[in-house]
Amino acid sequence: MSAESGLRDRLEGGLNAPICLTWELTYACNLACTHCLSSSGRRDPEELTTTEATALVDELAAMRVFYLNVGGGEPMIRRDFFDIVEHAVERRVGVKFSTNGTRLDAAAARRLAAMDYLDVQISIDGADAATSDAVRGAGSYAAARRAMDHLAAAGVADFKVSVVVTRESVEQLDALESLAHGYGAQLRLARLRPSGRGVAVWDALRPSAAQNRRLHAWLVERPHVLTGDSFFHLSALGAPLEGLNLCGAGRVVCLIDPVGDVYACPFVIHDRFRAGNVRGGGFGPVWRESALFAELRAPHSPGACASCASYDPCRGGCLAAKFFTGLEASDPDPECVLGHGERKLATTRVELRPTPSIDHSRAPARVGSGPLR
Amino acid sequence: MASVASTRPATGESFDLARPWRLSSEVSLRDEPFGALAYHHGNRRLVFVKSTGLVDVLVRLGEYATADDALDELVAPAERARYERALATLAAGGLLGVG
Repeated sequence: MSAESGLRDRLEGGLNAPICLTWELTYACNLACTHCLSSSGRRDPEELTTTEATALVDELAAMRVFYLNVGGGEPMIRRDFFDIVEHAVERRVGVKFSTNGTRLDAAAARRLAAMDYLDVQISIDGADAATSDAVRGAGSYAAARRAMDHLAAAGVADFKVSVVVTRESVEQLDALESLAHGYGAQLRLARLRPSGRGVAVWDALRPSAAQNRRLHAWLVERPHVLTGDSFFHLSALGAPLEGLNLCGAGRVVCLIDPVGDVYACPFVIHDRFRAGNVRGGGFGPVWRESALFAELRAPHSPGACASCASYDPCRGGCLAAKFFTGLEASDPDPECVLGHGERKLATTRVELRPTPSIDHSRAPARVGSGPLR
Repeated sequence: MASVASTRPATGESFDLARPWRLSSEVSLRDEPFGALAYHHGNRRLVFVKSTGLVDVLVRLGEYATADDALDELVAPAERARYERALATLAAGGLLGVG
């Protein structure tokens, strides 16, 4: 169900701990997806050590964080991946982890199958190799399908097939759902955001307004398709989608990056939205006391959306999508279904859009020649 | 306003107040300004418990022989129907177990 307004107001004021905490274990990745939210590629030499990572898990367990969304980079590249994940599960902090599947062989699948409180998400970005590899790189689709086969053989039928909705993949929703169901798996769709390397491809890859309308109708008919609250901006089209239907950044959601920096959400890895670092005082003080999170939790005016009859279902949309397209937080979402965002975008200049503050892309690097800090 | 809201709809099931209901051992509760969040680690269901009175009932439910007895002692008669509905919703979501 969607949260009614009273509860939503309380959630927007912040919680004692996040509901949805994403932890990216490493910036290292053997793929170079064109839309990578974290501009991953090379490991950062300052990434949290195993000791720091397990201490962080202990703190999150004490805060009663129920589960972590573990990602990267490619988390399975970390040699201590299983140590960290198994430690979390032992402390009853559930793990939902996203992987490109390239390191998920038969032995890894059996080890994952033995763990309670663990969900696996394998990423593909199309129902066939040509569509998916165009975004994720040659051979990535076949590798992901092999990982799915290994999971199925190990008895993990209920994994998630995770897909970013682009103007290509949105035409394959039925095929993607069939692919997932063929394994007994669930389909999980995410919104393409103009974050990380996605800044450069967002204009070309994002679904059209007509495609977004069809996507909304498709999702309304399929409440079992997971979206991670990704498409709440589409709720202005009528029926609200499953989920809380609010921007959770710094309120119910946040991101811990591989070097321990805490950001308001996984889609705003930028200095403007960095709340602090877990090194030193830990995560709790950052979550409770950061000036950024206090700002995000303060009551917001609807801004340019004040006169819109659809403000209540969409709440002005995604903060990250606005920020990286050069819009203000008080502006409509760039993909506002009523077209207000498009009109506003037309008044901004693409070359003035913020660029990511850090970039770990492998050469040829898009921004500078090394991880810019 | 209902006392609980789940991120997933619960299936309808009869809820027998005469049985010894208690919070499932798979459930973690976390106090929040509006009441508490309850998370079932097994079925991954997240529930908003939207009153501190209901949080108190959930924490103490296991001390009583039946859910009826718990509500008799912990809840004002005028509020009883609301609490019964909330417990039924939680039971349907697997967050309460018997015994």
